Amino acid sequence: MLAWTIYLTFAGALLEALLPKDKRVLARWLALTVAVAGLVLAVMGFAAGAANHFERAVIVDVPWVSGMGIHYLLAADGISLVVVLLTGLAAVAGVLFSWNIELRTNEFFAFFLALIGGVYGVFLSGDLFLLFVFYEIAIVPKYFLIAIWGSTRREYGAMKLALYSFVGSAMVLIGLLVAYASSGSHSTGLVDLAHAGLPVSEQMWLFPLVFTGFAILAGMWPFHTWAPTGHVAAPTAASMLLAGVVMKLGAYGCLRVAISLFPRGMDPWGVSFLGIGSWRDVFAVLAVIGIVYGALVALAQTDFKFVIGYSSVSHMGFVLLGLVTLNQIGMTGAVLQMFSHGVIAGLLFAIVGRIVYERTHTRQLAELETMHLSKRLPFAAWAFVLAGMASMGLPGFSGFVAELQVLIGSWVAKPAWTVTAGVGIVVGVAYTWRALQKAFFSDAPPSAHIHEHGHELGAITWPEMAGTGLLLVSTLAVGLYPRLLLEAIEPAVKTLLAGGVR
Amino acid sequence: MNYAELFRVMLPETALEIAALVVLVVDLGFLRKAALNVRAGAAALLGVVGCAAALWVMPLQPLGGYIYPSTGEALLATGGTAAAAQIGILALTALTLLLLVDTEFTQHVGEYVAVILMAAAGGLIIAAAQDLLVIFIGLELLSLGLYILTAFAKRSGASAESALKYYLFGGMSAAFLLFGFSYLYGITGSTDLHRIMLGLYMPNAAAASPLLYMALVMIAAGLGFKVAAAPFHLWVADTYEGAPAPAAAFIASVSKVASFALLISIGAAAVHVFDGMHGKVEVITGFHLNSQPVYLGFRNVWLELLMVLAAVSMVVGNLAALAQISVRRLVAYSAVAHAGYILLGLAFFSYTPLSAAAILYYVLTYGLTTIGAFGVVAVVERATGSDRLEAFSGLHQRSPLLAAVLLVLFLSLAGIPPLVGFWAKFNLFAAVLSVSRSGAAVGLVALAVAMSAVSLFYYLQVMKRAYVLAPADETKIALPPVTLVLLAFIALSVVALGCFPDLLRSWIAAFYGGM
Repeated sequence: MLAWTIYLTFAGALLEALLPKDKRVLARWLALTVAVAGLVLAVMGFAAGAANHFERAVIVDVPWVSGMGIHYLLAADGISLVVVLLTGLAAVAGVLFSWNIELRTNEFFAFFLALIGGVYGVFLSGDLFLLFVFYEIAIVPKYFLIAIWGSTRREYGAMKLALYSFVGSAMVLIGLLVAYASSGSHSTGLVDLAHAGLPVSEQMWLFPLVFTGFAILAGMWPFHTWAPTGHVAAPTAASMLLAGVVMKLGAYGCLRVAISLFPRGMDPWGVSFLGIGSWRDVFAVLAVIGIVYGALVALAQTDFKFVIGYSSVSHMGFVLLGLVTLNQIGMTGAVLQMFSHGVIAGLLFAIVGRIVYERTHTRQLAELETMHLSKRLPFAAWAFVLAGMASMGLPGFSGFVAELQVLIGSWVAKPAWTVTAGVGIVVGVAYTWRALQKAFFSDAPPSAHIHEHGHELGAITWPEMAGTGLLLVSTLAVGLYPRLLLEAIEPAVKTLLAGGVR
Repeated sequence: MNYAELFRVMLPETALEIAALVVLVVDLGFLRKAALNVRAGAAALLGVVGCAAALWVMPLQPLGGYIYPSTGEALLATGGTAAAAQIGILALTALTLLLLVDTEFTQHVGEYVAVILMAAAGGLIIAAAQDLLVIFIGLELLSLGLYILTAFAKRSGASAESALKYYLFGGMSAAFLLFGFSYLYGITGSTDLHRIMLGLYMPNAAAASPLLYMALVMIAAGLGFKVAAAPFHLWVADTYEGAPAPAAAFIASVSKVASFALLISIGAAAVHVFDGMHGKVEVITGFHLNSQPVYLGFRNVWLELLMVLAAVSMVVGNLAALAQISVRRLVAYSAVAHAGYILLGLAFFSYTPLSAAAILYYVLTYGLTTIGAFGVVAVVERATGSDRLEAFSGLHQRSPLLAAVLLVLFLSLAGIPPLVGFWAKFNLFAAVLSVSRSGAAVGLVALAVAMSAVSLFYYLQVMKRAYVLAPADETKIALPPVTLVLLAFIALSVVALGCFPDLLRSWIAAFYGGM
């Protein structure tokens, strides 16, 4: 059943590409139908998984390239189900917030759905090569989404994103080729490869290579620079997808491929320098730097969207930090943070890029200050207050549970990481507060420029309300009742840790 | 010596030559007064029929490998690599012939098709050749055809200029090749590849001769020119730019397949992988020592040469392509890069048919994709009069289908799955790593993968123009029917072969007795 998320989405993309250009309304409704169907399938799959106690379930398994042991193998465990659910949510919200796309509407949704289809594919792949194939399929549509429908320096942002992604996937491909050639196993299934027992000497260099390759897309410092420019350049729906699911692709790859297949690559080197004694420490430190650096840079931005862009770098740092804690609670927190950040970042980008920008035509905080948006766009202001609270990690929202678990996990592993990451949280409160204050609740005198533009800002449309509602409900639901997802994630992480990851 | 047997081996070539003569008679005789498009259609059709006839007579070839005239030396191979490459050459030739139908660069369509068919016959000989002299004859037959094809647009100065450059470079490289061959003959006393390899077996004095290095460097230069490997690549950009598009497509595809099939033959002779048709491996020079294959003195030198050529080609090709503003030159430099990847596969050549199959897979799919790319370039050139990047601006609005075809082809060339180019690269690099996981092999594969990341940039530069930028001129580009069908066929094949990589893999594997 879950496999149909992939087929349906790609079929939708193909149909959109074949639609006549002027059928904009039809294109929108088709995209919404496909996205909602995907979400429904994801929810049904999740429910079916729950009935099955979130055991790993094989969905499809047919030989694909017989000579090389490559299978078209789709499988889902608790982690997959959670991120598939996230993809469904992000897809629906993305379509809703793209309702106003007038330029080449059908093509926009074609690329959009192709990207979503690739993302579903990655999250459901049980075979290393299938995963890689879907991962690459997701790269190209991103480029066109940004380059055609983007804004600020869109061609630069799009090309930078595409090249970073492709360099990352090239690193992954090298790792895969070597792992494939040296495992000697006649299957490229993720489970089979994990049991193949690659020599430690090879894992030692394959792990950092593949982890870095995937982590580039997860926005790991110092390879994060594509993220802010890409997010800012992208049209709203694409920023939502980039932050919401594409960055998760990277983190998911780190978990599923790098950590699961090359666990011995994280063994201590035997020498330690400044407290760094293994690749695991290296990546933990990079993740912590990302958390603090992203937050500090976000604090200094003048462009509203850049604030959110850098906040994504900071929040994704928590995911990476959680992953390399290598303990139950930290890794569970990391997966939960993937979901949480996917929803919250999507919401923030939607408010900034769509609800506010489409009406004010500026993202400069200094100009927004003069517009008194809390009075003129109360819906946006209050939605942003809630989303900002979620982003700060206040209790009751999903971010709180996720980041708390990551911090506990990293405390178990190495307290210094937790302390430094804690600084990031404090700065996180500061930049969110600052953006909120400046954009919505400032009482600076209105500028003459604004008067010329007239006072009335367009009313909030139903797709905007529906999208905002959907995402807010998701983060609140998980925040108030985290067991909903934790029950799915925990057994999968346990299996992973039992399977050789230490 | 059995000439009847030899004739049976040469049946496909004979079929092509007869078809070439028929085309000339029909075009210059019966259709002399007909309109150009009728003549072009008839000539192309007859050419395709000739290719089909050659395919049809291929099963009549005697099976069992090499032909031994009275001297007992091998001349031509049948089956195995030779058969797979010959079928590929015939199929790709037919596709390039169809490109002619909707073009008007020449009045002399009959001669054009005849020259193509004769050059293809040269390609067939090269693909099967196992003897230095036969190799040289095949190469010259092919090359002379290519020089003429390059110059075929008589009204175009660029065409004449590029043909002259190509001819001068080609003549010189042929001289190098012959020089190298003569040394090889001098050292080993044989012109048969397998005898030569035996003569160069490690303990033999010949294997240590410094002349061997001289000979192999000369041969590498000569063959490097044919496959467009850097630093012997200088002709490529000029030729691809100046030649009429269908001729450039022929040079980029068929000539590549033939030359790489030759390199496979050399590699196979060196590692004793003989085309084991029908389970009977006729090993006249190969032997096992303690069940380990014995490598010959030839191999170490050859490995080093190919590694250098591969690395230089990948880097030079990809970096030079970044700076191009003409799409034809961009495709040309990317061809240099692709040659580099394939040479890597040849350098680390496996004892089993794994490498040979992977290289054939790569070069056949590359040829198919490039023909499509030149087809698109030809249509755009006719509509805009230029092959500059700007000419592709807004192609998507002017012809959505053309843009979609170009997108598929270029993404495949860049190696994005699930298109066939990805599997070609993957097969090839996996073959390299299964042969050797030494630092050099892993490092060169890493370089190759990193360079394909670079290549995405320039392919995207074209796609950006096609999809993102607005057209300077919004008139629609009409696709002539034959070109339309041809391009759609190629694009769909690239997608289908990519989604079902087993199709082509198992087809090629069948030539090696199933792998």
